[in-house]
Amino acid sequence: MAIWLNKDSKVIVQGMTGATGMKHTRLMLGDGTNVVGGVNPRKAGQTVDFDGTEVPVFGTVKEAIEKTGADVSVIFVPEKFTKDAVVEAIDAEIPLAVVITEGIAVHDSAAFWAYAGKKGNKTRIIGPNCPGIITPGQSNVGIIPGDITKPGRIGLVSKSGTLTYQMMYELRDIGFSTAVGIGGDPIIGTTHIDALAAFEADPDTDLIVMIGEIGGDAEERAAAFIEKNVTKPVVGYVAGFTAPEGKTMGHAGAIVSGSSGTAQAKKEALEAAGVKVGKTPSETARLARDILGG
Amino acid sequence: MDLFEYQARDLFAKHGVPVLAGEVIDTPEAAREITERLGGKSVVKAQVKVGGRGKAGGVKLAATPDEAVARATDILGMDIKGHTVHKVMIAETAPEILEEYYVSFLLDRANRTFLSIASVEGGMEIEEVAANRPEAVAKIAIDAIDGVDEAKAREIAAAAKFPAEVADKVAAVLVSLWDTFIKSDALLVEVNPLAKVASGEVIALDGKVSLDDNAEFRHPEYAELHDLAAANPLEAAAKEKGLNYVKLEGEVGIIGNGAGLVMSTLDVVAYAGEAHGGVKPANFLDIGGGASAQVMANGLEIILGDPDVRSVFVNVFGGITACDEVANGIVQALKLLEDRGEKVEKPLVVRLDGNNAELGRKILTDANHPLVQRVDTMDGAADKAAELAAAK
Repeated sequence: MAIWLNKDSKVIVQGMTGATGMKHTRLMLGDGTNVVGGVNPRKAGQTVDFDGTEVPVFGTVKEAIEKTGADVSVIFVPEKFTKDAVVEAIDAEIPLAVVITEGIAVHDSAAFWAYAGKKGNKTRIIGPNCPGIITPGQSNVGIIPGDITKPGRIGLVSKSGTLTYQMMYELRDIGFSTAVGIGGDPIIGTTHIDALAAFEADPDTDLIVMIGEIGGDAEERAAAFIEKNVTKPVVGYVAGFTAPEGKTMGHAGAIVSGSSGTAQAKKEALEAAGVKVGKTPSETARLARDILGG
Repeated sequence: MDLFEYQARDLFAKHGVPVLAGEVIDTPEAAREITERLGGKSVVKAQVKVGGRGKAGGVKLAATPDEAVARATDILGMDIKGHTVHKVMIAETAPEILEEYYVSFLLDRANRTFLSIASVEGGMEIEEVAANRPEAVAKIAIDAIDGVDEAKAREIAAAAKFPAEVADKVAAVLVSLWDTFIKSDALLVEVNPLAKVASGEVIALDGKVSLDDNAEFRHPEYAELHDLAAANPLEAAAKEKGLNYVKLEGEVGIIGNGAGLVMSTLDVVAYAGEAHGGVKPANFLDIGGGASAQVMANGLEIILGDPDVRSVFVNVFGGITACDEVANGIVQALKLLEDRGEKVEKPLVVRLDGNNAELGRKILTDANHPLVQRVDTMDGAADKAAELAAAK
């Protein structure tokens, strides 16, 4: 079953005709993703050939949905135009919009998040600044390498792209139901809590791995949620114990401000909620292995 | 990017928030002429991006132009909580202050929107007020699309229980302050204190502004606000090359791909260092997805140029990027540096995993560079890098 994405998902790509969009559309198709169209008003009516697969380009998201029945959009448009692209996806009421673009101004993210709310939250937004979502063996939307692992029974939610890959690699022999990268920006659409709730309800997921990092209090809130609502085992990892106060560590949201947002506080909150937290990615993988093996 | 007080003041003035006159200088002598223009007296204020400068002696009244020069001489070069004072603002003296308030707009990450915080008890850190007298602090959520109009501003002023005689004036300041927040793509605009003076006016006496670096593409004016004097020279050099680099205190240079993996690498090196004399990571450096030879060379150049670095740990998980490209990048980068005449003497520990890892590892083995060692797990490589840093 997996969460949010499966073999029946019909995917359109906003920004497909750009260099990044082209590269990753080819890779997504190679992983078996059902990419049914691209969106670019200046190239509407054209088709793009990806190693023999002809993908049509539509003028708008609305038109793409009408003509193809698409229910997922993945957004690769440059940061200056990302807000407009997300607003267009929301207006077209596409059920899932995955925003890969990084470097988006936080006022733009705040604006499209508020807009989604005003429109009744009909569109689930993943990202921005995220690697996307993969249900191995079924569909891959975004930039997560499709060949790290196989279908299995671990659900993964992570703020970081490369740590998502690292963890999928560590546990590649067990496999994953769905892995979702939610992004490390200060304002994101889908949260750890959303993914935890979905994995809890997913009959194909037996264990959840949750990866966090410094900044904000999303991990602390996720811990409170786990305590009340999650019965499946959760294994956690938090990056950034050695990060100094007041310095942004790569991700716009990864910053310790004063005494808030530290890795230590997040680890303690998760452990208090019964989550086993690893000191390193490899130890985290071992903890997951122990639970599944026992 | 956090701004200096004088930069915040300029921004406030531009958007109609009432402020006092003042000018920023970096030599004491200049204080004389400004103070004369301000009517013979002034306040000399250290420009540092840290709180508590008043208590540290960084804010002084000057009753004469000569005294302004003397105070500026005292304050320039002073160290305030590790921040050296390179500039002082010579400001108009405030009229008699009757009350001090607090107002701000900021990003509310948890609720994914903006927030206004207001209090009639200003003049000290708002966290302190909130901790001791939470009832004195009003927090009002702001819709990112609807923003703050006059009605919303009045709602904030009423929630914070501003006295009736200043409520209209505070509301007007809030509308201007919101304009500053939105038009500058700020993460925080804070006025503290917002002073009610004898004439009945309210004036922003001090303020903080933090801007969103991701919004620089639509704010060419940000370029002039960067604090080049305070930046670490290695950080400045890295920024010039478009590298995501943060200088830290330790001895193990770190290069990796992806912010999360690099943060994790720092932690793993710090743990490993506990067994090797307490060595720690020397920096954060994320070379991103591509990791071409050029980018790798630029990164290595910065790290090898750091005199604190004694060993280097290159930690790459090949996602879309293949490890053979990364391995070629490392080999070419070392050659590029040697061709440039740079002397590479520090040992490199390289861990490659993921896409085409076997190929990448073979390239490193075949290249057989005397300074490069391959360790194929993250934990093992961190341990080796820490050991080498401790041995030097």
